[in-house]
Amino acid sequence: MSSTVNNLWLIPAFPLLAAAVLAVTKQRHRRFSAFLAIAAMAIAFLISGAAFLSTLGDTGEEGIWREVKNFPWFQIGKSTVQLGWILDPLTASMLVMVTFVGLLIFIYSIGYMAHDSNSTRFFGFLSLFAAAMLGLVISNSLLLLFICWELVGLASYLLIGFWYHKPSAAAAAKKAFITTRIGDMGLLLGMLWLYSEAGTLLFYDNGNGCLEASALTKLVAQTTVFGMAVSTGISLLIFCGAMGKSGQVPLHVWLPDAMEGPTPVSALIHAATMVAAGVFLIARMYPLMALQPEASVSASQVVHAPALSISEKERASRALAIVQPVVHDSKPLLKSAPPVPEGESQVEGKAAASQHGATSTSTALQVITWIGTITAVFAACIAVAQTDIKRILAYSTVSQLGFMMIGLGVGGVAVGMFHLMTHAFFKALLFLGAGSVIHGCGGEQDIRRMGGLTQYMPTTFLTYAAGMMALSGVPVLAGFWSKDDILHAASVWSVSRWPFYLCLFAALLTAFYMTRQVCYVFLGRYRSSDALSANSSSHGHHLPHESPSVMTIPLMILAFCAVLLGLIGTPVWPWFEGYLSGHHPSLSLGNLFESGTIQIMLISTAVVFIGIGLAWRLYGSRAVAGSEDPDILERARPEVFSVLRNKFYVDELYEATVIRFNAWAGWVCDWFDRWVWTGAVRLLSYLVLGFSWLNRLFDEYVINLGFDQGCQQVKNGGQMMSSLQKGQVQLYLRVIGMALTALLLVLTWGIGQ
Amino acid sequence: MLAWTVYSSFIGMVILMLLNPANQRAARIIALLTAVTGFVIAAAGFAQHEATSGIVTIAKFSWVKSLGIDYHLAADGISVTLVLLTGIAAVVGILFSWNIEHRVNQFFAFYLALIGGVYGVFLSFDLFLLFVFYELAIIPKYFIIAIWGSTNKEYGAMKLALYSFIGSAMVLVGLVAAYVVAGAGTTNLLVLATYPFPESFQYWAFPLVFIGFAILAGLWPFHTWAPTGHVAAPTAASMLLAGVVMKLGAYGALRVAMTLFPLGLKAWQSELGLLAVIGILYGAMVALVQKDFKFVIGYSSVSHMGFVLLGLLTLNEIGLSGAVLQMFSHGIIASLLFAVVGRMVYDRTHTRELGVLQRMDLTRAIPFASVTFVVGSMASMGLPGFSGFVAELQVLIGAWHAFPGFALLAGLGIVIGVAYTLRALQQSFFSETERTAAGKQADPLEPISVPERIGGTVLIASTLIVGLCPRLLLDLIVPSFRSPLFEALRRGGGF
Repeated sequence: MSSTVNNLWLIPAFPLLAAAVLAVTKQRHRRFSAFLAIAAMAIAFLISGAAFLSTLGDTGEEGIWREVKNFPWFQIGKSTVQLGWILDPLTASMLVMVTFVGLLIFIYSIGYMAHDSNSTRFFGFLSLFAAAMLGLVISNSLLLLFICWELVGLASYLLIGFWYHKPSAAAAAKKAFITTRIGDMGLLLGMLWLYSEAGTLLFYDNGNGCLEASALTKLVAQTTVFGMAVSTGISLLIFCGAMGKSGQVPLHVWLPDAMEGPTPVSALIHAATMVAAGVFLIARMYPLMALQPEASVSASQVVHAPALSISEKERASRALAIVQPVVHDSKPLLKSAPPVPEGESQVEGKAAASQHGATSTSTALQVITWIGTITAVFAACIAVAQTDIKRILAYSTVSQLGFMMIGLGVGGVAVGMFHLMTHAFFKALLFLGAGSVIHGCGGEQDIRRMGGLTQYMPTTFLTYAAGMMALSGVPVLAGFWSKDDILHAASVWSVSRWPFYLCLFAALLTAFYMTRQVCYVFLGRYRSSDALSANSSSHGHHLPHESPSVMTIPLMILAFCAVLLGLIGTPVWPWFEGYLSGHHPSLSLGNLFESGTIQIMLISTAVVFIGIGLAWRLYGSRAVAGSEDPDILERARPEVFSVLRNKFYVDELYEATVIRFNAWAGWVCDWFDRWVWTGAVRLLSYLVLGFSWLNRLFDEYVINLGFDQGCQQVKNGGQMMSSLQKGQVQLYLRVIGMALTALLLVLTWGIGQ
Repeated sequence: MLAWTVYSSFIGMVILMLLNPANQRAARIIALLTAVTGFVIAAAGFAQHEATSGIVTIAKFSWVKSLGIDYHLAADGISVTLVLLTGIAAVVGILFSWNIEHRVNQFFAFYLALIGGVYGVFLSFDLFLLFVFYELAIIPKYFIIAIWGSTNKEYGAMKLALYSFIGSAMVLVGLVAAYVVAGAGTTNLLVLATYPFPESFQYWAFPLVFIGFAILAGLWPFHTWAPTGHVAAPTAASMLLAGVVMKLGAYGALRVAMTLFPLGLKAWQSELGLLAVIGILYGAMVALVQKDFKFVIGYSSVSHMGFVLLGLLTLNEIGLSGAVLQMFSHGIIASLLFAVVGRMVYDRTHTRELGVLQRMDLTRAIPFASVTFVVGSMASMGLPGFSGFVAELQVLIGAWHAFPGFALLAGLGIVIGVAYTLRALQQSFFSETERTAAGKQADPLEPISVPERIGGTVLIASTLIVGLCPRLLLDLIVPSFRSPLFEALRRGGGF
């Protein structure tokens, strides 16, 4: 085992150490705290880079490059609870992304938090978050992953509520924590179930892990309620956790509210990394998610199950390769399956696909796909009608997370993860850009009171535009390639075509609301009420200003990535997918013309330009007049618009049902405690008192009466006796004399005997 | 050696009673020294105990020969764990009572008597002796609450004492019956545990003894003494009450009821498990709507003790050891929360109304208290890294094997736990006030004293150490279930 995986724990350890030091650092050491946090993150980034490089090395015959390090945590009887970490392409790519984006956001925070008096605490929490997130990524055990998962949630809670004196921030923090915790309970139960079935929570453990063939075969062979395979039940419970963390409908409500936190937090946690943890979890558990009972006839088909979802050759081979290690890891266990060489297994996968047809996508993946689809469209609709610059981005994040889920569901790990990667960069860019705008406008977040910022903050505008185009999916930029991958996989999904159409619709909306936002913010003229009465205003924020370079340089780096990152996963050179699945793709222009690739590209390009053009016609071509004017769409369709603006009233629905029910139940229990249980106790005590009272009467009139009368007798006797002792000496002498005589008589009589 | 935890506590009590009442400082120091002695002995005993030791006899001689009653102190891994908990809680409780000025020597004398009784229960392996110590622990509790308590103290003290005595009476009836039925002429637990009591007898004796003990562990619906008792009690007493006295009940249920009557346990397993789960949910629900800060913590204790009882009733190794770990964990965490609410907040603000505290900007006024309570809340919510996580996880795994539906409901209880904890946390410490909005300073409160800081730190460190390295305790707890004492239980549970 190489030293890389043994030292992998250092990656979260450095930020954790920084967090610990910052926890006891005085608030005034601002420069020190920023330096410490950034240095720790930079070291983590360097080690991650080294780990990444080592995974690039020879994959050899083993399929995916994977190394694990496991160790026992505690022991219960015969079973040992083990933890461990893992280094494989999935982990390595996440590590590099999290540390790199994190590092940039940390640097950006120096500028953004410059005026906040608690920046030491801020950097401490950020470091804690980074440590937990990195720990999550390297976990080789669902338990360790869950532990870090909870700590990530905690850090998120602390950071959303960072400005806790704002009631909205405090409420948002609470809401985020509780909502995600609901999902986490599903994950916890899934974990318990998995543990009781598989006997281990390690993912990979030389053939004994829960994601390896022997355990998977066992899981899929058993059935539970509704004839569902145990693996499906566990998968769905685990997916609940992912739904909570990754803001899938119906647990998405916390994510937009989480925007109450400082903007770097929104960028790092609620756009780039933590919310993607749910997607990562599904990717990590993919071998389990993809299990389908029909495929369990022989172990070899278990292996091929994921590949069956894609009936077309190229996709099949890619997806198949991702689960290939299952074959390799478990060769001795798969006696029944003939050893299949790499090349032939693809053919067999394809053949199996054609046999099984539409039934072959696992139930869990179907659920994931549908939830993802609903989320993508639902959130995109809401984003169209929002006016808060960060909330638009938040709903966009929810929508994009839906896309990632679809990618996982229809295309496999590589498709979903690719979108996760590109999204992390351009969404971090957009949030940091929005932060720069907010910073420059003196804390204003309402896009109706912005406008014309192009002239005041050109760097921000250019980088923001790059991010917006990347998100919308303008060709050649990062988002185009990753979204195209998803669309392509959806278009050939064997179960239904609807996700594909809905995806296209969501893509259209994405282009539309992003263009709308950019028009509102950067075009036209500056509409702030501040600016209108600029002369009278005194607090120095008369006109927007460009942010300092400590903020703009991270923006530029991210913009660079947002433009170019997609090139690692184009159909011509699908390096990223090859990297995740452990084979080296070749550069081939021919891929473009195979199996509808180019058609899908053209359709998606057309959709994007329609979206942009539509928004441009409505918002760009004529400037928005005043900050109080209703939206153009609002004028056209007020009732629809108001439903969208109010987020389909989901919050109100929850308020009226779940929350009210909970409060009611609490009240009922409290009432029970106060009146029924306590009442019963009181009743009992009154009964006891009443009984005691009866006893007292009994005492008084039965026992005491007898006793008193007895006493009277004794008293009378005493009185009689006392009449003998009246103090007359003569009487005493007489008695003594009589007694002596009697004694004498007795004695003499006795002697006489 | 462990026996000296009991003796030293009673010696300390006697010295305190003889002490001149005016000498408050001496009283505090004597009490602290006694408790520290107990803790050191407990820690040494804990360190010496090996996983392979089994049941180690500490003292054994005949007491009442005609009845076969022995003075029999012994320890296994469960005992030493709980003795260690008692040691920690005793020391910390004294640190948080440093400000008591009313009849100081008497307060600490009662306090040490209570501690001595608790140590005694955890170390007794003779039923009669155990019962004597059990009663010894209840009496001082009444006086501490009735004399030094606050809100509604006579009512709370009386309610608690009555509940305890009803429980004791049930236990006594069951034990006497067992003594007679076995006819072995001994009260030795180890002997009686091997006696096969007739099933029909176990059927009614088990619930009698189990519930009799579990009343003190806050078993729903016999839990109502707990919140009122906690609220009425002075800080140290609520810490001990939640921290160790509730454990007495759970311990008795495990050590006596479950070992003597395994068949009865089998018969009542799911009914009692249901009560435990109801307790988890019900306690959490009620905590969610309380207006009094201390009631929130009081009901949370009911909810967390539900996990202990649920763990006991799972009848598998992981659930049982989880239950014992949860006893330790909850002892530490509940002490911590009560210390913050009772000593750090109430003694300074003289209110526990969340609505009033909300306006006081406590996080600025007493930042140490706020940090301590944040950490305590995280531990109470079962966040990983703290002892509660491992313990509740084990209970849930155990419950999943025994009754999956209950595991589901208990999981729901954890979610509600998050809700009530965050609600209390935000209302008490992190609420905006007009004053902060205006940028003014908070009302100055007396700063957090050194004993409070030490006490808080000790408790936080304990829960963290156990949370990160549960092996420290589990390596002693788990092998305990392999001793002959639990053999019938093991056979019944199939592990």
